[in-house]
Amino acid sequence: MKANKTIKRAVALAMACAATSATADVEVLHWWTSGGEAAALNVLKQDLESKGIGWLDMPVAGGGGEQAMTVLRARVTAGNAPTAVQMLGFDILDWAEQGALANLNDLAAQEGWDEVVPAALQQFAKHDGQWISAPVNVHTTNWVWANKAVLDSVGVSEPKNWNEFVAALEKVKASGKIALAHGGQAWQDATIFDGVALSAGGPAWYKRAIVQLDPAALGGSEMLETFKRMEVLRGYVDENFSGRDWNLASAMVINGEAAFQIMGDWAKGEFLNAGKTPGSDFLCFRVPGSGGSVSFNSDQFAMFKVTGQAAEEQVVMASAVMSPKFQSAFNVVKGSVPARTDVPDTDFDDCGKKGMRELAAAASSGNMVGSMAHGHANPAAVKNAMYDVITAHFNGEYDAATAVQEIVTAVEVAR
Amino acid sequence: MMTRARLQELLPKLVLSPSVALVAVCVYGFIIFTFYLSLTDSRILPSFGWVGMENYVKLFKLSHWRTAVTNLVVFAFLYIAICMAMGLMLAIFLDQRIRGEGVLRPIYLYPMALSFIVTGTAWKWIMDPGIGIEHTMHAWGFVDFEFKWIKDRDYAIYTVVIAAVWQSSGFVMAMFLAGLRGIDGEIMRAAQIDGASAFSMYRRVILPQLRPAMLSAVVILSHLAIKSYDLVIALTGGGPGRATELPATFMYSYTFTRNQMGIGAASATIMLATVAAIMVPYLYSELREKKQ
Amino acid sequence: MTAPRPSRILIYGTLGLFALYYLMPLFVMVTNSLKPLAEITGGNMVALPQEWTLAPWLSAWSTAQIGVDPSGLRPYFWNSIKMVVPAVAISTLLGALNGYVLTKWRFRYDTLLFGLMLFSCFIPFQIVLIPMARLLGLTGLAGTTGGLALVHIVYGVGFTTLYYRNYYSAFPTELVRAAQIDGAGFWQIFWRVMLPSSGPITVVSVIWQFTNIWNDFLFGASFGDIDSQPMTVALNNLVQSSTGVKEYNVHFAGAIMAALPTMLVYVVAGRYFVRGLMAGSVKG
Repeated sequence: MKANKTIKRAVALAMACAATSATADVEVLHWWTSGGEAAALNVLKQDLESKGIGWLDMPVAGGGGEQAMTVLRARVTAGNAPTAVQMLGFDILDWAEQGALANLNDLAAQEGWDEVVPAALQQFAKHDGQWISAPVNVHTTNWVWANKAVLDSVGVSEPKNWNEFVAALEKVKASGKIALAHGGQAWQDATIFDGVALSAGGPAWYKRAIVQLDPAALGGSEMLETFKRMEVLRGYVDENFSGRDWNLASAMVINGEAAFQIMGDWAKGEFLNAGKTPGSDFLCFRVPGSGGSVSFNSDQFAMFKVTGQAAEEQVVMASAVMSPKFQSAFNVVKGSVPARTDVPDTDFDDCGKKGMRELAAAASSGNMVGSMAHGHANPAAVKNAMYDVITAHFNGEYDAATAVQEIVTAVEVAR
Repeated sequence: MMTRARLQELLPKLVLSPSVALVAVCVYGFIIFTFYLSLTDSRILPSFGWVGMENYVKLFKLSHWRTAVTNLVVFAFLYIAICMAMGLMLAIFLDQRIRGEGVLRPIYLYPMALSFIVTGTAWKWIMDPGIGIEHTMHAWGFVDFEFKWIKDRDYAIYTVVIAAVWQSSGFVMAMFLAGLRGIDGEIMRAAQIDGASAFSMYRRVILPQLRPAMLSAVVILSHLAIKSYDLVIALTGGGPGRATELPATFMYSYTFTRNQMGIGAASATIMLATVAAIMVPYLYSELREKKQ
Repeated sequence: MTAPRPSRILIYGTLGLFALYYLMPLFVMVTNSLKPLAEITGGNMVALPQEWTLAPWLSAWSTAQIGVDPSGLRPYFWNSIKMVVPAVAISTLLGALNGYVLTKWRFRYDTLLFGLMLFSCFIPFQIVLIPMARLLGLTGLAGTTGGLALVHIVYGVGFTTLYYRNYYSAFPTELVRAAQIDGAGFWQIFWRVMLPSSGPITVVSVIWQFTNIWNDFLFGASFGDIDSQPMTVALNNLVQSSTGVKEYNVHFAGAIMAALPTMLVYVVAGRYFVRGLMAGSVKG
C-alpha cells in the first residue's frame, strides 16, 4: 500500500513538472477551494514546482477551516500528518503546544521576518520565541460595506462616528430600504461584535476584556454599551436575516436592496465580482467609532514535523509564502492585505490600499487587535462560549444587561 | 488434529468471527475508549490526565446541551412518528392498484439518494420567507400566507423535521409497501369473507403482519435521527441562535471545533447510554418474540 | 383491493400532492443549476430561469476549482467508485454470511450477538474518528482506499446483517436440513442453496450500502488521501467556502451530479428494491 502510494505520488509529480527532477514534495492541507482563492494559491504551487518541489493538494473546505482541523487531527493521530497546513490563530499555538510543528527560525532569521511582520501577528506565528509558521495574509474584520447609490438617494455620506452611523441607518430605514444587510449565523453575529466592541470600548478595553479575559473588564460598562449597540443594529436588519449566507447579504447591498453590511474584507470579492468599483459604486470604511484600530485574522502555513527541524522542502515553501511577490499577488485576489508591511501597494485597489495603510498605522500604534470572531483573540473554547452569548442576545433571548452577566460566566466555564 | 466434523461444528462461528471482532473493537472498544476520554482532561487531542466526573458536571451546566437534548427528543419523536405514519399511508394508497406507481415510487424514494450538503441549501431557500414558499404565495395573491418557522427560535426545529421527513419517509414507504405486498392473499380473502370492513382489516389483520417491517423502519429511522448532523448544519447551522442544536452537532463542535474533547466525549457517552436505555428493551422484546 | 370511486380521487390527489412535496427541492436545485449566478443572487431563487444556461454543469464537471487545480468533480468520481465497490461487496457478503449463520447454524447467545451487532448501527461516527485514525495508522492503512473501505465495512455490517438475518429467517430451514442430509457442508449450502435465492435482499443491501457509502463525507474527508478522496469531499470543497464567492448554480449542478449514481440506482432498481424488501427484511 505504502509503496503503491509513493509511486502514485511520484507519477503525479512527474506529470506536474516533467522537466525538473524532484526530490521532495509538499502535501498541503488547506480550505481555499473557491475560484479566486484557489487560483491565487496556484501561484504558490507553480512557484514551488519551478523549484522542483511537487505540490500534493489536500483541500478540505467547510466552516472556516473547522472541517480541515478535524481532518488534521485524524491525520496526526494516524501518524500521517501533512507537510504543510493552513491554520488560524490559536490553532497554531495549540499545535505548537503539542510539539507538532517544525521550527522555521533559521529561515526567519535569514530573511528578517521579525522586522517585516507586525508584532501583533507574530504572537500567532511564534511560540516560545521560535518561528513556527509563515503568515500569508491579514484579513481585517471591522469593515462596513455600503452601496453608494443608496446612500446618495437618502442623502447620507460616510458616517464618521457611531451616532452618525445610527442616524444614517435610520434614514435608510425610513426610506423603506433595508438598512443593514446581515446573515444571522453565529460567526456573522460575532463579526459584527468585533467592530462594535472596538467602537464602544476602544482597543485598550478590547484587549483587556476579550483578549486577556479580565473579568472586571468583561463585565464592565463598555461591555454593556457593546451589547446595547448590538441591539441597536438588530433593529436595522430585516426580519429574514436569520441563517442567511454572508454573500447573500453582500448581494443585497450590491443590488441596492440594502445600504450597509458589516463584514470582513473578503466581502470585497463579491462586489468586485459583480463589476462594482470601490469609491464610485461602493464604499468601504471601518465600523464608525472604531477608526484607527483594526481587528484582524491571519491565515498562515504551519509546517508539521517530519524531523526536528523543518525539512528542506518546508523551508523552501515557507520562504516562497513570505516572498513579497507572492504576498502581493495572492492578497490582491483574496481581498486581504499582505502579512508583511513592506510590500508595495501598487497592485491593490482603493479599498486594499486603504486597508494596508490602516493596518500599518494600527500596527505601529498598537491598536491592531486579534479578531474574536475569527479565532485570534482567545482560544476556541472561549471563542465559542462568547459566540453562544452573542448570538443568543442578538436573537433576542435576553437583554444587554443579562448578556453581560452571561458572557462573564460563559467565559469562566470555558476557561 | 481437528476432525472434519469438529471443523464443521466450529465453522459457523469462525465465519461469524471477523465481523464480531471488527464490531467488538471498532464499536465497543471505541465506546469504552470514549467513556474513558470523558473522564480525562483531553482538549485538542486525547490526553490522559484524570479529572473524574468534572466533564459531566460541566456538561450539565451548559444550557445549550439541555437545548440539544430537548431538541433531539422533539425531533426524534416527530420524525419517527411522521415518517411511519406517512410511509404507511403512502404505502397503503400505492397498494390500491394505482396507475403510474412506477413513476411515483422513484419520486418518493429519490431523496434518500441525495446528500444533505446541498439539499439543505435548497430547503433553506424554500422555507425562507423572503425568497421561498411565503414569497411565492404572496406573489400568487395569497398575501396572508405566513411561513416563518425557520426564522423563529421556537419553531425552527420543526423545519428540520420537515426536511428530514422528506428525506426518509419514501424509504419507509417502500418498506411498508413491500410488507403489504408480502402478505398472503389468503388471509385477506378469509377476513373479507368474515365481513371485516376495510378499516378493521387493516387494523386487525394487516398491521400486525407489518411488525417486522416496523422493526427495520424503527431501527433505521432512530439511527438516522441520532446521527442527524449534515441536515442541521446545512439547514439552520444550529440556529437561530443555538435553537436547533442537536446532540450530534453539539458533540462534534465540542470535540473538534471547541477543543474540549473531554466534554464532547462526555456528551457522546450520555447519548449512547440514552440510546441503549431505549433501544435495548425494544430490541430485546422484538428479538425474543421471534425466537418462539 | 380496489376502493370505490370518490375515495380513489382522494387517493390520487394525496399521492400527487406528496409527489410535489418530494419534488420541490429537486425543482429548486435543477432550476437554479440552469441559471446564471446573477439571477440567483438577484433574488429569484425559486423562479424559473430567465436565461437558460448549461455552463454551471460543465463547470462543476470539469473546470470548477476543487482545490488548487480547476479539475471539476470528474477525477473524484473514480476515487469514489474504487472505494464504494469493494466496500459494498464485502459488507454485503459478510452480512449474508452472518445472516446465514445466525439463522441456520444457531448457537448459544446468537441472538445476543446479533443484538450487539444491531446496536452498533447507533454509534455516532463523530466519536470513532480519533480512535479509528489511530487504528488505521497502526495498521498502515491510513490514507488508503483500502482503509477507507474497511471503515465503511465495519460500520455497515450491522445493517447488512440485519437485512440478511431477517430474510434468511423466513427461508425454510427444512431445505437446509435436507441439503445437510444429502451430505452438503456449510459452504455448499451457502453457495448452492442460500445465495441463489438471495437476489432480492441483495438488491436491498447493495442499494442501502451504496447510498450510505457514496454519500459519506466525514470518513472520506478524515481518512482519505490525495489519491483516495471521494466525490463528496470534492463536492464539499466545491460548495463550502467561507470567505470566497459562492457560485450557487455550480453548487447545485455539482450536487445533482454527485447524486446521479445513487438516483440512478433508485430509479432503475427501485422496483426490485421494493420486491427485495417484500421478500425479505419485512417478513418475520
